Amino acid sequence: MFIKDTLTQAYGAIRAQRLRAALIILAMSIGVASVTVLTALGESARSYIVNEFEALGTHLVIVLPGRSETTGGHPPLFGETPRDLTLDDADALFRSHHIAAIAPLTIGSAPVSAQGLERETNIFGSTHALRRVRHLTMAQGSFLPEMDVDKAMPVCVIGQTIREELFVDQPALGQWLRINDRRFRVVGVLASEGQSIGVDFDEMVIIPVASAQALFDTHSLFRILIETKSKESMYKAIDEIKSIIKARHEGEDDITIITQDSVVSTFDKILTALTLTVVSIAGISLVVAGVLVMNVMLVSVTQRTAEVGLLKALGATKRQLHWLFLTEAAMLSLAGALLGVLLGQVTIATLEAVYPDFPIQSPGWALLAALGVSLFTGLVFGVLPARKAAQLDPVAALSKR
Amino acid sequence: MIQLENIHRYFQVGEQSVHALNDITIAINKGEYVSVMGPSGSGKSTLLNVIALLDKPSSGRYLLNKLDVTQRTDDELAKVRRENIGFVFQFFHVIPRLTAAENIEMPMILAGIEVKERKQRVAQALASVNLQDRASHRPDQLSGGQLQRVAIARAMIMQPEILLADEPTGNLDSKSGMEIIELLEGLNQQGVTLMIITHDQTVGNRALRKIRIVDGQIAK
Repeated sequence: MFIKDTLTQAYGAIRAQRLRAALIILAMSIGVASVTVLTALGESARSYIVNEFEALGTHLVIVLPGRSETTGGHPPLFGETPRDLTLDDADALFRSHHIAAIAPLTIGSAPVSAQGLERETNIFGSTHALRRVRHLTMAQGSFLPEMDVDKAMPVCVIGQTIREELFVDQPALGQWLRINDRRFRVVGVLASEGQSIGVDFDEMVIIPVASAQALFDTHSLFRILIETKSKESMYKAIDEIKSIIKARHEGEDDITIITQDSVVSTFDKILTALTLTVVSIAGISLVVAGVLVMNVMLVSVTQRTAEVGLLKALGATKRQLHWLFLTEAAMLSLAGALLGVLLGQVTIATLEAVYPDFPIQSPGWALLAALGVSLFTGLVFGVLPARKAAQLDPVAALSKR
Repeated sequence: MIQLENIHRYFQVGEQSVHALNDITIAINKGEYVSVMGPSGSGKSTLLNVIALLDKPSSGRYLLNKLDVTQRTDDELAKVRRENIGFVFQFFHVIPRLTAAENIEMPMILAGIEVKERKQRVAQALASVNLQDRASHRPDQLSGGQLQRVAIARAMIMQPEILLADEPTGNLDSKSGMEIIELLEGLNQQGVTLMIITHDQTVGNRALRKIRIVDGQIAK
């Protein structure tokens, strides 16, 4: 028996029962469509977030004061910070050859006012290096000037929201801005960045770090952002940062270092796991569709008992009968899978049209996997009915009408 | 060409064991025209099934063309059947979704014969049973007599040496029944070994050799 004939015969059998075929194809396609859509959503969320992080620069190292370690005492269970990070610490880090830029960071919240308008906002104290490390772009003017880190200077850079709210329709550049009881001249306005990993630069006022320390009356740094010279030198840089700070902190290893890498890979892992979970749940619908294929095929075998008997009498081998029924199951599954992929693409296209900001892409492997899995389920669940047909006793089968 | 030696066939029906064939020994030669008659339940259908290789005897030996076919696998038997035996059934057994031509083609599809040759042979077969103008009709558009002619064309398409007919006229009116019998006898005259099972005396008596079965045994 030729493959082409097997296909023709199986197709003929499917065509003879259109409603049954349509329902089974529908069930299969819903399963496949949900798998492709959910994979696409999960995968897009993952790449969206990973991209967002990577936009910050892949060789960013963040140094935090203190070290998370359990102390075994009363809450808080984390070890207290015995020593703060200071500007001198940040300065000392320049001894490492692997570091390209260092931006010390002090953060506080204070009321800012200009021309009678006032609001509370976040103040970043840093240096001109922050612009490079966080990849900030300027809309107007310039960023903080290059100067000694320990020098306070009454200048500030403001975000778009602050500009709109405090300097409604007037040029902000060169104007005075009052933070608490100190005055700062606006030297630059940041371009609108939108949310960038929890930090809204649009609502930010950036001032020299020494000014911020004076403003908030502190000597400690919130953290130090470091850009290493290359990705490869990042790990050497981390070792050097540790040893430099350790030497300065009387042999105490009391800082925590976060790399961009570890953050990205953690998110990557979490979201991949999430995607897989969601897809597995959708996969259940594929299995259900498979059971449906089996059920319908079993009914089909029963209905066509006499036909199977006849084919046996005409000289059909078990193998041939097996393949006839398997092909029928596979064709139904494949048709369902193709329709499902189509449905999935339509859904994705619709989602893209409704939410243009969220980039949805369906990965090619997911399509192939959905097709493969549905064909596989169809075949697996087609085996039992096909076996049943092949095993039928021809005499008993023929006596049925 | 058909040699049955001491064939027994038992069936288990509930707790009872039914002795459907009891020590059957017959030899049928090539080109013979045999009728098998007997009351219902006498075992004539079981005999046909055994000869047709659809059923295996419980004991005894069956030689087909001097080859022992008692100890063969199902698939070997399927091939032997395909090449040597044609069937005609009481209830026609045509596949309802296929046209007359496609039904006739089926054994050749199973045998893996090229499409071109298939088409030729189907056309010839349709002509030989006088159904040229019904080639693309489906079974529900054909009369009983026409269906049985389709079945005969299908049975003969592989050019078997043996043609087995199980009550071929049982579902037909007497006029078309007679046409079918004449068609079968025509094939016999061309050299095909013909075996007709029937409980219709007029049909059975036309055969040159009449076998009568009662209670699973050949009655003398």
